[in-house]
Amino acid sequence: MQKYSFLSLIKNAFSGHKGWEVAWKDPTPKKEYDVVIIGGGGHGLATAYYLAKEHKITNIAVIEKGWIGGGNVGRNTTIIRSNYMHDENGLFYEKGMDLWRSMSQDLNFNIMFSPRGIINLAHSDAQMNAYARRGNSMRLNGIDAVLLDREEVKKKVPVLDFSDNVRFPIFGALMQPSAGTARHDAVAWGYARQADSMGVDIIQHCEVTGFDISNGKIQGIKTSRGDIKTKKVGLCVAGSTSILAEMLNMTLPIETHLLQACVSEPIKPILDHVVTFGAGHFYCSQSDKGEMVMGGDLDGYNSYAQRGNLPTLQHVLTEGIAMFPFLSKLNMLRTWGGIMDMSMDGSPIIDKTHIAGLYLNCGWCYGGFKATPASGFTFAHTIAQDRVHELNAGFRLDRFSTGHLIDEKGLGTKTWIS
Amino acid sequence: MLYIKCPHCGLRSQNEFAYGGDASVKRPELNKEISDQEWDEFVYLRKSPRGKHLELWHHVSGCRQWIKVLRDTSTHEIFNTYKSEEKVG
Repeated sequence: MQKYSFLSLIKNAFSGHKGWEVAWKDPTPKKEYDVVIIGGGGHGLATAYYLAKEHKITNIAVIEKGWIGGGNVGRNTTIIRSNYMHDENGLFYEKGMDLWRSMSQDLNFNIMFSPRGIINLAHSDAQMNAYARRGNSMRLNGIDAVLLDREEVKKKVPVLDFSDNVRFPIFGALMQPSAGTARHDAVAWGYARQADSMGVDIIQHCEVTGFDISNGKIQGIKTSRGDIKTKKVGLCVAGSTSILAEMLNMTLPIETHLLQACVSEPIKPILDHVVTFGAGHFYCSQSDKGEMVMGGDLDGYNSYAQRGNLPTLQHVLTEGIAMFPFLSKLNMLRTWGGIMDMSMDGSPIIDKTHIAGLYLNCGWCYGGFKATPASGFTFAHTIAQDRVHELNAGFRLDRFSTGHLIDEKGLGTKTWIS
Repeated sequence: MLYIKCPHCGLRSQNEFAYGGDASVKRPELNKEISDQEWDEFVYLRKSPRGKHLELWHHVSGCRQWIKVLRDTSTHEIFNTYKSEEKVG
């Protein structure tokens, strides 16, 4: 594989940039693979990468219905954090933070990781207490957490509304200084390029149409580009999980919902951190291009449409303007939607299934992007070793029936209420 | 914007409604022994189909009745609406 460096940039500049190799190939599917990963998003590509890198399995196909980076990995708001209270989540996402920090070097691809810190605003004494508790839990798990008072928040984010007559005054905040953002497309491209260089076949525009199962074991998959034999299949299809589950006669504790995001026109640097509203669901950061990147609640009803409706956007931006009054003066550049695999406790599922050789990775709700490296790392382990890694041991599929829920936000079981 | 025809009030915008999820889910009978698996199916497991989906909506800012809506989850097209007690065949 051609290494990207300052030197290679200069060299190719002198030859008119005609010497660059393709970042990943466009192979025809083979008849048989050791492992097939369904879904060429961030998680699927990361899984293939870690299978090749950590477990030396390289005869892998990543099957993608659309194209690399066209799904949720290219539709999220790029936030990376590990500010969770429960051990299952905290330790898992903190492993992810370690992988994020070294990802540009590991992948030889600039993913533009920007650890600018995330600030969760608190709007009451009770919320400050809850944040102190969460911060302490985080620190016990080795995650950085700082409790900020009102004056400290004002110093860091002066554009917030600190006036006297607001409905939700700012009491303080919980900050994770090591959190931040990354260029989401680069994450997909970087993983794809490295996986491809180690021998992984990335097969785009190939839809899975069925599964070949006999004696409770996976034997292969049927696709729009022919049948493929394999003993191990990993599902990384996020919002489309229930569609594949139906082909497998499985009913899962997830529902597919629609989540919107939007960006404003670009403006000069005004916001140095990722900031979230504590009295509703709204988050905001400023991209390197200067756009305000914003998101919030689900549209609230089951949906596979990758486009949203205006009432939810209006609701979310009302919260945004309550936080940052200056937002009301900006033009909206673009809005879009993606489909989320909402699990019933708000935490993900990375597990084996009752079908031998079939592995499940789903239930990422609002937060699949930040999980990309840790999800790929642990899912690769689960597939290669046929047993869960200690970091995803809590993300069991049967935790709902056995009562071992990971109710991080106490959202309850009705995803549309969250 | 979705427009939902409430069987009691007529066509109204989605702003007046709250979503109530899959209407085909049945609560286990109270007067019999219920297994963990039955509770699991009722509380957590959902088919979440792409395509036609019969679902509950609450006309919370209107007549406050629960209604059933047959809607396509990929196009958001609403085919029909029913009163809560109506059989949908």
